[in-house]
Amino acid sequence: MPSTKSFARLAATLAALLVVAGAAGAQTLTGAGATFPYPLYSKWFDAYHEKKGVEINYQAIGSGAGIQQVKAGTVDFGASDAALSDAQLKDMPRRVLHIPTVAGAVVLAYDLPGFNGTLHLTPELVAGIYLGKITSWNDRRIVAANPGVSLPAAPILAVHRSDGSGTTNIFTSYLAAVSTAWKELVGAGTSVSWPSGVGGKGNDGVSGVVKQTPGAIGYVELAYARQNQLPIALVRNRAGQYVEPSLASTVAAVNGAAAQLAKDVRAPIVNSASPDAWPIAGLTFLLVYQDTKDATRARQLADFLDWAIHDGQEYAEALEYARLPDAVVRVNEATLKLLSSGGRRLVAVKG
Amino acid sequence: MSSGHLTTPWSASARPVARRGPVHPDDVYRVVLQALGFAVLAVAALIVVECARGAAPSIRAFGWHFLVGTQWDPIADHYGALPYVWGTLVTSGIAMLLAVPIGVGASAFLAELAPPAIGEGVAFVIELLASIPSIVFGVWGMFVLAPWLRSALEPWLIAHLGFLPLFQGFPFGLGVLNAGIVLAIMVVPTVTAISRQILRSMPRTMNEAALALGATRAEALAVTLDAARPGILGAVVLALGRALGETMAVTMVIGNSSRISLSLLAPGATMASVIANEFTEATGKLYLASLVEIALVLFVLTLIVNALARLLVLWAVGGRRDVAGAA
Repeated sequence: MPSTKSFARLAATLAALLVVAGAAGAQTLTGAGATFPYPLYSKWFDAYHEKKGVEINYQAIGSGAGIQQVKAGTVDFGASDAALSDAQLKDMPRRVLHIPTVAGAVVLAYDLPGFNGTLHLTPELVAGIYLGKITSWNDRRIVAANPGVSLPAAPILAVHRSDGSGTTNIFTSYLAAVSTAWKELVGAGTSVSWPSGVGGKGNDGVSGVVKQTPGAIGYVELAYARQNQLPIALVRNRAGQYVEPSLASTVAAVNGAAAQLAKDVRAPIVNSASPDAWPIAGLTFLLVYQDTKDATRARQLADFLDWAIHDGQEYAEALEYARLPDAVVRVNEATLKLLSSGGRRLVAVKG
Repeated sequence: MSSGHLTTPWSASARPVARRGPVHPDDVYRVVLQALGFAVLAVAALIVVECARGAAPSIRAFGWHFLVGTQWDPIADHYGALPYVWGTLVTSGIAMLLAVPIGVGASAFLAELAPPAIGEGVAFVIELLASIPSIVFGVWGMFVLAPWLRSALEPWLIAHLGFLPLFQGFPFGLGVLNAGIVLAIMVVPTVTAISRQILRSMPRTMNEAALALGATRAEALAVTLDAARPGILGAVVLALGRALGETMAVTMVIGNSSRISLSLLAPGATMASVIANEFTEATGKLYLASLVEIALVLFVLTLIVNALARLLVLWAVGGRRDVAGAA
């Protein structure tokens, strides 16, 4: 039986270790959420660790799970492709701020063997295909939008995401904006009840199905379509232009909504009226509590966020993400000034 | 030295000499084993309790209608599980229809007809199938089986059996038929390995008696199979349990569509696949609760299937105590 004295010594040593570990723990921030921006965030955390020595641990468990972790208070920040609705914000224990980090484009990839042109689609066509109303590639409505090229008489397979995702949220928001039938029948969200078609799991699942199945069309993030070298359709935007999806047209979409974003950073940027804008684009957000009790963590988080919206943007284009235009960076700077700890405002660090 | 009567040195009544002390080793032995046994039961009970608690909001909101509702709509916050129950039953049904004849046939070949060397080799390869990760089957189903179905089997089925509602629709390759075939391949090793063990443990006297009475080898085999029925049913139940719960492979090939269709060529979804797809991103209390309720339904379904199979085995054994055990 160990003596009382040696037991007391053991307890003291353990306590001391815990204190040291606790102090060392302030050097690690944790985050969880969206998978879409994960390649970029992963690069950011590496670069930031090298620069400032702060380690950031991120779990790409999905936007929904990230939101739940923020609500439970188990992480310092969350990441979500879909902004929180008013109802979700009310559900949170304290005020949550949205900080858009980059923008992404959702594109329509297709597989039409024997078709040698570039597919032109109007918003009505996209909605019609996904509603199950347009079922054949040589439907006269598609032919009308693609004069001069011959389309095969193959049936259309509309591929969607079987898992809940921010990509679905952006795409269905677009469909709800351009089609009242879609808005009433289906609605917009990270997971919806699809009227027709098959589902693939993840962007890679959808790309896989589209690549394998002649006659398939599916929506994926721009990066996936480019990497898998899938043919991408041009979509007519609100200004009447057939725009090619690219980082430039995505930035144009964000810029086109700059005024609305200044009022509420959660404003959707789909179906922009700007002539160069890609109509199916969306921002991805970091979610943080406005007030964090621990002052050290609050300061470290604020420093990181400041770095991310300024220096971090340099890494975006190489990884096929659209960097934030200046207007949105200004909006973010104003948001960061709201961060506080224990009620006291932090001084925003200039990056 | 011979004695007047036989005694076995290890009779049940012979115990090690009891040691004087507070605790007897045999008692410790018994208590520890009982605790371990109850621990397993406790884990199962805990699963049911936690699932029931998680599913409570959905049970309160929908009641029985959850099991017959066909709309799974996260936007309208209205959930019905029938498409997934249907998908699970159909894919498992196809898997069993394909796997049982092949598995039992293979086991009969391995146990009765094959020369020992070939038997061992083939059995090894079949058991190797069982150790392949299910995601590999999913990838194979998507990149190898789907194109073949799309270009060969499904058009043939439509052309020759298209008058049946079972084989109507456009051949896209992915769907319930694809999932059923992949599942069949995944459970064949289970059926084969266990049936082969059962058949090998059958008394040879039965086979020899049938042959002595003038039966052909096929008829003698039929007699043996008939006697082995309880054990083979046990193997089938195990395989069915795996088919009901298989997730990753099914998710990749079934097409993930929450609509009920009579056609085997149509896409569908199973209970396991919808949970795997939607659980991580589900926000909203009712949405999460509905997914947990689907897990509970799957658990209960597996329980019912196992119980029915147990009853079937007991009925099949009847009064016969000399046949291969169904334990």
